[in-house]
Amino acid sequence: MKILVTIKRVEDYESKIKVKPDGTWIVTDGVNYRANPFDEIAVEEALRLRDANMPSEVIAVSVGSELSVNEIRSALAMGADKGILVKQAGWVDSDAVARCLQKVIEREKPDLVLMGKQAVDVDDNVTGQLLAEYLGWGQATFASKHESLESAEEKAKKPGVKLAADKASVEVIREIDGGLETLSVKLPAIVTVDLRLNVPRYASLPNIMKAKKKPVEELDPKALGVDVTPKVKVLKVEPPPARAAGIKVPDVAALVQKLHSDAKVI
Amino acid sequence: MSTGTPIFPPFTPEHDLFRASLRAYVERELAPHAADWDAAGIFPREVFTGMAALGALGVGYPESVGGGGDYWHVVVLAEELVKSRNAGVNMAMLVQAQMATPIINEIGTDEQKKLFLAPALAGEKIAALGVSEPDAGSDVANLKTTARRVGDDFVINGAKMWITNGTRADFVTLAVRTGEVGYGGISLLTFPTDVKGFSIGKKLSKIGNLSSDTALLFFEDCKVPARYLLGEENAGFYHIMTNFQGERLCAAVGAVAGMQQMVDDAIQYGNERTAFGKPLIKMQVWKHKLVEHLTAIEAARWLAYRACDLFARGEPATKEISMAKLFAGDLMQKVVYDCQQIHGGMGYVTESHIARAFVDARLITIGGGASEIMKEIISKLVPGF
Repeated sequence: MKILVTIKRVEDYESKIKVKPDGTWIVTDGVNYRANPFDEIAVEEALRLRDANMPSEVIAVSVGSELSVNEIRSALAMGADKGILVKQAGWVDSDAVARCLQKVIEREKPDLVLMGKQAVDVDDNVTGQLLAEYLGWGQATFASKHESLESAEEKAKKPGVKLAADKASVEVIREIDGGLETLSVKLPAIVTVDLRLNVPRYASLPNIMKAKKKPVEELDPKALGVDVTPKVKVLKVEPPPARAAGIKVPDVAALVQKLHSDAKVI
Repeated sequence: MSTGTPIFPPFTPEHDLFRASLRAYVERELAPHAADWDAAGIFPREVFTGMAALGALGVGYPESVGGGGDYWHVVVLAEELVKSRNAGVNMAMLVQAQMATPIINEIGTDEQKKLFLAPALAGEKIAALGVSEPDAGSDVANLKTTARRVGDDFVINGAKMWITNGTRADFVTLAVRTGEVGYGGISLLTFPTDVKGFSIGKKLSKIGNLSSDTALLFFEDCKVPARYLLGEENAGFYHIMTNFQGERLCAAVGAVAGMQQMVDDAIQYGNERTAFGKPLIKMQVWKHKLVEHLTAIEAARWLAYRACDLFARGEPATKEISMAKLFAGDLMQKVVYDCQQIHGGMGYVTESHIARAFVDARLITIGGGASEIMKEIISKLVPGF
């Protein structure tokens, strides 16, 4: 089984993010970068699927600047077999990323593409869906599972996305409003993963050292025939509104009243 | 204009990846339990296996015994362990991986590596280093625990004091007297603690490093095979002194990282805490105090890195290592005082990191060779004294 997994370099969610005074973007000085946490879950799932269905291969792909090779390396250190960087400096919108990935996928011909459901930098949540459309493949978004992240299945690192016995489809449990639904998706397919699918492993030192020797191929969007000129224009970046101070209620009756009449949640 | 490659920092992308992975593990899996483990006076044994799974206990060792990486990975380990917010865990891991075990890798037999070293690096066996005694701490040449050769065995009698990991160690890298009085009669051996006659005198009650089990150990006619001797008989003193270098270097590197964390915390608290209409950090007294400390910490860091560089390349480094530990250890006493002071009352309650760091910090000038011993060593290595 050949699995392609995407990994994006994003701002570390623990860094303090400030908006530039002119509102064009965020201040990047002093901000740390890391792999998108949803993508790390996708990498973990890819590795579990691989290990449960040998022989298999996991390819980690990133679209971004030359620095994104660091995030590919972190996927390789977790256990992915090889990396591909589609090198493009500056901001690339989700549509251009999807079209770059389309070309890579047409060349690599994976059976399954696993992606984070969204990147925590701009939270678009569209790349997987666009990619499925461009490829004409089936898709299952927000993959999750029934078992909790403290369950024995999770501790045993069992895949939550399950390959069917005939290897022609995968079973995906996806998070929907009010519950979970189970889909059977014909391969090849795009699966985007949600937060409660697995707990990604920590890269161990021996695997970090092994990753050093794994190949990372660089590709140029132009050579792939992809025009990465953004279709999305960023008009303005604003910080979220400051949170207003809370209130104290004297008793439970007042709390219920507030939840009902003001918050309108009960 | 920038030309060429800086000689420092010496960290490659592989070191950075290891740091990120280790930091995530330490901050998520260890730090949240720091205060509880201190209150319990012990931490779970699973911490050893968890660290081993990351390869964090095997740093700097050859792959043949389950290791990987180079000395700068050891530096990363010593720096990131500080983020566990638990000095006892920190020390236990360094004893396990960098103090009780390097000597087995250097001079142990294949059997000793298989029986003791590899399981220790895999987190399956807990290791302790047994050098100090009730009457011999820094004065190693005066140790009194004896190992008498009887046939194919050594029979051991005596006591060891201040032994980290002491109450649950599966083996002790033990310094014993096999020969004449003084440094020429000392040997090292690997001592499995399931031997008859071995007992744990008591777990010592300490002011800091609370989650670390520090014990007094007794040996009464304990019989171990003579082949458990480490290296040559009566040549142990030299190896103990060499072994101290790695231990002291880890202590110095860890102390620098610890001080940095204290000041980072103090700056954060100073920003959050308002008094007389402005954040504490805006008071000149705190700005000046904390940047003075940051300056000194930076100096301590590069002195330690200089010592690491010499040590990693196999150059003589005893003077620089002693200086690094002396400087960082003494500096920490001042840094912790001011960082606690800015926290006010919050710095006096044990739920604050700085309160626990305050008592933990005292150990650095005492353990692993006291500051006074560092000064003696330095004075012997500098001409003119």
